[in-house]
Amino acid sequence: MADLSINFAGIKAPNPFWLASAPPTNSGYQIMKAFDAGWGGAVWKTLGVPVINVSSRYGAIHYRDTRMAGFNNIELITDRPLADNLKEIEEVKKYFPNHAVIASLMVESKAEWHQIIKDVENAGADGIELNFGCPHGMCERGMGSAVGQEPDVLKTIVEWVMEVAQIPVITKLTPNISNIIDPGLAAVRGGSDAISLINTFKSIVGIDLDTYAPHPVVDGKGTNGGYCGPAVKPIALEMVKELAKHPEIKDTPISGIGGIETWRDAVEYILLGAESVQVCTAVMHYGFGIIREIKSGLEQFMADKGYQSIYDFKGKALPNVTEWKHLNLKYKVVAKIDESKCVGCQLCYIACDDGAHQAIKISEDNGHRIPQIIDENCVGCNLCSLVCPVENCITMERRDPATSYVSWEDRTQQNRIPTTFNDELAGGGHHYVPSVEDALKHRSKK
Amino acid sequence: MSEYNIPTNESEFEQNFAQKKPLMNPTEAYFESARCLYCYDAPCIAACPTGIDIPLFIKQIHTQNLTGSAKTIFEANWLGNACGKVCPTGVLCEGACVYNHQNAPPIQIGRLQNFATHDAIEKNTPLFQIGTDNGRKVAIIGSGPAGIACACELRTMGYQVDIFEAKEKPTGLTIHGVAAYKITNEEVLDELNYLTNQLNLNFICNHSIENEKQVDDLEKKYDAIFLGIGLGPTATFDLTKKEKNNVVGAVEFIEELRAKHHALKVPAKVVVIGGGNTAMDAASQAARLGANTVTLVYRRTKEKMGAYGFEYTLAISAGVDSIFNAQPVEILGNSEATGVKFIKTKASNGKLEYIEGSEFELDADLVIMATGQSKHDQFLSLINELELDDKKRIKVNNQFQTSNSKYFSGGDAINGGAEVVNAAYDGKMAAKGIHQWLNGNE
Repeated sequence: MADLSINFAGIKAPNPFWLASAPPTNSGYQIMKAFDAGWGGAVWKTLGVPVINVSSRYGAIHYRDTRMAGFNNIELITDRPLADNLKEIEEVKKYFPNHAVIASLMVESKAEWHQIIKDVENAGADGIELNFGCPHGMCERGMGSAVGQEPDVLKTIVEWVMEVAQIPVITKLTPNISNIIDPGLAAVRGGSDAISLINTFKSIVGIDLDTYAPHPVVDGKGTNGGYCGPAVKPIALEMVKELAKHPEIKDTPISGIGGIETWRDAVEYILLGAESVQVCTAVMHYGFGIIREIKSGLEQFMADKGYQSIYDFKGKALPNVTEWKHLNLKYKVVAKIDESKCVGCQLCYIACDDGAHQAIKISEDNGHRIPQIIDENCVGCNLCSLVCPVENCITMERRDPATSYVSWEDRTQQNRIPTTFNDELAGGGHHYVPSVEDALKHRSKK
Repeated sequence: MSEYNIPTNESEFEQNFAQKKPLMNPTEAYFESARCLYCYDAPCIAACPTGIDIPLFIKQIHTQNLTGSAKTIFEANWLGNACGKVCPTGVLCEGACVYNHQNAPPIQIGRLQNFATHDAIEKNTPLFQIGTDNGRKVAIIGSGPAGIACACELRTMGYQVDIFEAKEKPTGLTIHGVAAYKITNEEVLDELNYLTNQLNLNFICNHSIENEKQVDDLEKKYDAIFLGIGLGPTATFDLTKKEKNNVVGAVEFIEELRAKHHALKVPAKVVVIGGGNTAMDAASQAARLGANTVTLVYRRTKEKMGAYGFEYTLAISAGVDSIFNAQPVEILGNSEATGVKFIKTKASNGKLEYIEGSEFELDADLVIMATGQSKHDQFLSLINELELDDKKRIKVNNQFQTSNSKYFSGGDAINGGAEVVNAAYDGKMAAKGIHQWLNGNE
């Protein structure tokens, strides 16, 4: 059996699956249940200054029949007394000494930071996470994302923390910035032991069409919330990759957060350089029990690939994430429809004809509904294979001889890049485009 | 053996005749509507005789635009609610759903359709407008689905319309001729009332047209006449030389059942003769009324039956037995039938041959003849120059106009007996035909 354990900047955990600082880590009761279910660590719901939470806190994007494809909240940090939380941290550590308990913190002054760090260390926390991400409520009071958006302020606070912290410190970043490298560098330069990302996106999850108020509605009004869940994963992955590739940041352990629900999501984060992953929305949706699927999937993946530890494949996809200018311009794929699988929905046809490159045709005979790829028009965009509802019905086949590699960068160096749109070296000159009148040829049918 | 006990009250009747396509609840509709792929040039639309934009109305359900969804349906089919329930969707829209090609269950289009139309009917949502009075009058003979659809369409174009019905109440076979587990009487009438209220339809019931004088009067008073007369009573062939009380036509049996529900008693042994959908409906319903044995007898093979496979399966699942390749030769008994004598048949070069010496008898307390309906030839002979085809169906052109240009027709009267949805389509198209003819651009 593969070893799932990690030593994350000195924080040891039986597996890389942690609960993110959020409602599921609001109490010792929940965290005990989670550890018992199989989670390897938990970042306690942020402790800090006194707050009051409102009633009506969460909103969601449902995509067709998929509930909570995106999730949004206006809940603040913990509203439970600090003493209660500290006592519960101590109790959890008694029952689960080998699991990671990380205290998320958010206070204002240097003195407050120093005091609360001492408090959680005394309670037995294994690490600290600095909440510089919360994009609603707390930022209005100069904390959370208000810190994360100002690299200098962020660095200063990290330095305050590092002056006294005896246990590892993770800096949690907000994605509500234009370049994640700026706060990432600030955290590293401030001395942070590790980085976690992302916190939630500032968002309006929807508008009630009868009351004209944003969800979640609080007595006829709403405010921006923090957006998370499956919908944000691609953006979070990109940010994790940015940090994991950066020469000055890449040796700092990263805890990946954002839309993780299955083992596949978790493995993707690890392949892009994360060492642990944190989960919230999926647990809020399905409960702690989803860890069974995540763990089993990771174990199977590692067995299939022959990995003994997480560190065997951490960051393994990073060399393949490159800049556009290095992509092979000679690579050529063309769509292929497996007629035995095609159900005749013709979604590929209309997607290509209206939304892409007019490279699929359909028969005039309504009895024959299987579309045909016009090979010479196909630019290999993948759209048809993405809209096709049948598994493995439309595949992309490689058509170039796979013998040459020429990138934009190469062409630039060879001084062979097009300089005007009419330049023969430009790409689109020979692409088929139907005549303008063809757009109206089916009009009379309707 | 039949699977049902004799229903003694309305609630037991409702159990035995539980709706095959019950109304979806909002959760069912939400999940089912989410499954629709929104196919391009969708095959379900092509398979619908009325061409409803099915992917559109399903998407409208999913985005909680139920009124828009009902509008999409009713704009294509005036009997959108009834059709959602009684259409053989498995061989029409749902049969064409692309999911079938990957053995995934097709979208439950009929039930989704009802989800939208029921909402509009229940809330009496106004969707239609009477057209500005154009001063022209049209008479509609027969208030079945063809007549209703024709009337509705004409009203939106500003015609005055009178609908003549021989029976006590409108809707024709939509109530009288459809199995009770497909749609309830209330549902049929609710839809009719919904349409009537918005379009101010004028039904003249208990008013049969049966003589030359009446026909002359109609022709004088109205600019055009639509014949939505359907078919006549069951065409029984003479096996007994005399009437027997307990030998009934299937259409009449179903009509009585729709009117009386559990008050209609069936005896222990029922024999149903025929192989069409009406035979299946009659057999299935006799079983649901608690008959001990119901035996369906058809003169050809199972494969040759006119009935849809699913209708046969439904009858069998209700406990109906079936015998194939047996031709009735005599109904036994004196004033009451006591049984039926059959002879076995075989097909030889496409012709049915009797097998000599193969006669056998089945005991029966009730014999239901599902042997097709007769035509209204006597009435039709009152109309000048009205051409019929060799099966005595009214001939129409593609405007649904008959050989007598004042008359239009649609539904069972022109197709010899088909679905409610075909009648609904014909009626609507005939209205358009009437409008074109009266406006002189044929």
